[in-house]
Amino acid sequence: MTKYIIKRLLLMIPTLLGVAVLIFFLMRVVPGDIVELRFSGETSGVSKETLAIERARLGLDKPLWHQFVTYMTGLARFDLGTSMWTGAPIHEEIKLRFALTLQVAIMSTIIAVLLAIPLGVLAALKQDTWVDYSVRIFSIAGLATPSFWLGILFILVLLVFFKWLPPMVYTPFWVNPWQNMLQLIWPALAVGYRYSAVATRMTRSAMLEVLREDYIRTARAKGLWQKLILTRHALKNAMLPVLTVIALEFAFLMGGLVVTEQVFNLNGLGLLFVESVAHRDYTLTQALVLLVAASFIVVNFLVDLAYAWIDPRIRFR
Amino acid sequence: MADALLDVRHLSTRFTTREGVVRAVDDVSWDVKEGETVALVGESGCGKSVSALSIMRLVAQPAGQIVGGQAVFKGRDLLTLDEEAMRRVRGREIAMIFQEPMTSLNPVLSIGRQLTEGLEIHLGKTPQQARGRAAELLGMVGIPDPERRLPQYPHQFSGGMRQRMMIAMALSCEPSLILADEPTTALDVTIQAQILELMKDLSRRLGVAMLMITHNLGVVARYADRVNVMYAGRIIEQGTARELYGNPRHPYTLGLLRSVPRLDEPRRSRLAPIDGQPPDLTRLPAGCAFLPRCAFRVDRCSVERPPLVPVAHTGPEPHVSACWEAERVIARQETR
Ligand SMILES: Nc1ncnc2c1ncn2[C@@H]1O[C@H](COP(=O)(O)OP(=O)(O)O)[C@@H](O)[C@H]1O
Ligand SMILES: [Mg+2]
Repeated sequence: MTKYIIKRLLLMIPTLLGVAVLIFFLMRVVPGDIVELRFSGETSGVSKETLAIERARLGLDKPLWHQFVTYMTGLARFDLGTSMWTGAPIHEEIKLRFALTLQVAIMSTIIAVLLAIPLGVLAALKQDTWVDYSVRIFSIAGLATPSFWLGILFILVLLVFFKWLPPMVYTPFWVNPWQNMLQLIWPALAVGYRYSAVATRMTRSAMLEVLREDYIRTARAKGLWQKLILTRHALKNAMLPVLTVIALEFAFLMGGLVVTEQVFNLNGLGLLFVESVAHRDYTLTQALVLLVAASFIVVNFLVDLAYAWIDPRIRFR
Repeated sequence: MADALLDVRHLSTRFTTREGVVRAVDDVSWDVKEGETVALVGESGCGKSVSALSIMRLVAQPAGQIVGGQAVFKGRDLLTLDEEAMRRVRGREIAMIFQEPMTSLNPVLSIGRQLTEGLEIHLGKTPQQARGRAAELLGMVGIPDPERRLPQYPHQFSGGMRQRMMIAMALSCEPSLILADEPTTALDVTIQAQILELMKDLSRRLGVAMLMITHNLGVVARYADRVNVMYAGRIIEQGTARELYGNPRHPYTLGLLRSVPRLDEPRRSRLAPIDGQPPDLTRLPAGCAFLPRCAFRVDRCSVERPPLVPVAHTGPEPHVSACWEAERVIARQETR
């Protein structure tokens, strides 16, 4: 098992390297460059020299291979460089936004899991009764409701009925937990609802399948308590597909919350991503893509570990 | 019937399906006495498993419903117990062994966990006590090195070992009755014999009564005291194993006997499987359900269903058969 974990960790390196190379060249294929974009606002016309000086400052005048080598040697030293647009070190640009996005993602996941597992199990147990129908309506509604729309609804309700708006400036959890929660619980709920809908449906169908298995009948024939049959015998088996869905959603949240962030005025990774691409901020975009890719890889790895932990047939292979 | 451990009377279980109502078990009565092994025999689909599951009240809901009858176990009708009382019967008083060792054990729980949970719940043992007992049980069913086996998982066990584990699980709380639903059907022939010997030996030694469900009359002869032959959801012949072998009084039983090799007779030139298919349980005929496959049929068979009535028997035990031509069946066998 330890060998397997080490192997998986080592395998992350070539994967990330591949992503790094790919995004480096992809960005350079996209038309437009940061220097022209920066001066496009100026009406008086910018001289060729000014543009050239700016290019040289950013290192964009060097041949492509030179830029590539600089980038790669930087990566090897875990140095992501500075943002081409703001000039600030990239890890400074990303730090707080990553914390915010990660926190929203984790909170949404917790909300989704807390809703999805009891609801999914209940619906499966009471299949084709009003309980099941209610849960199914609740989850179909969740799938059909865009998170940003739900977010707008939250804001309106808070504003109209409570004359209160969530704080606009991000307070990290470690600075003021209460303030932080007041701000992030709303986007987490908006995103978590949709997320829970996906997970509820998966839990329900996985449970239905597992409850038909022979070993559940064996467990019942042993005279176990219903609760024990559900938790120990059924849920553990049903968790495998649910876990996959949850992990995929989580990884998606790490980069894909653009509109919800907009609605709640959150300075998260999604927004930063859109801006960095719009500015052709090569260094920042590269760093963000690497970060999102790393999140996917890490989450995938954790899921595989969880699979192995739950299912001995995988563990002992 | 005071001495019966389990007395099943007029049990009927039906399934409501898209094709119609399946009369899986139809007015069936049989009993098992203390310490005795009783067989329930019949072709696949005749209602054997549903009979056992009905006793345990584990018939797939809501499609399957027990629509009538009683299952009196130690003086209480299991079919009217509340769910909690029934739970305390399952595994503790009546245990069940299933046909498919590959799918009947939970793949994500260790052998030890699956063995100890019954001990903890029914007998209130501590985890340590339960573990010790589980190792004992594994040893008892002939699994070597039980301590090392406990933390393992079902996929690390062969089919035969899994079935041994199922037997250990069934015996764990010292029930007075075990319902064994084709415990060896899924196994290799050589392993079948080992498992059956083990079950016979343990049930004798521990005084556990057993309902042995099988489609193989050959198995029955060696291991059962009394036999119930089922066809299309009904019992069609009932008697001691010796009686049924020497003196079968139903064409179906006769057919079953001819379709299995027998050790107590010179090898016959060929085995004769019963021609034809069992009937559709949603559309049972008014007359005898075996009629289309029967070599003894007479006009009366298509009009009136033969009741289960006593026939002439050799031993002291009763022998009943549901055939209008029961007397001719034995005659035919003798002149074979
Ligand atoms: N869950 C179910 N739904 C519908 N029909 C069923 C169900 N379980 C069993 N049956 C039907 O009941 C009849 C008896 O089945 P069963 O007792 O399993 O046969 P066997 O004698 O082989 O054990 C069969 O015709 C089968 O199709
Ligand atoms: Mg069966």
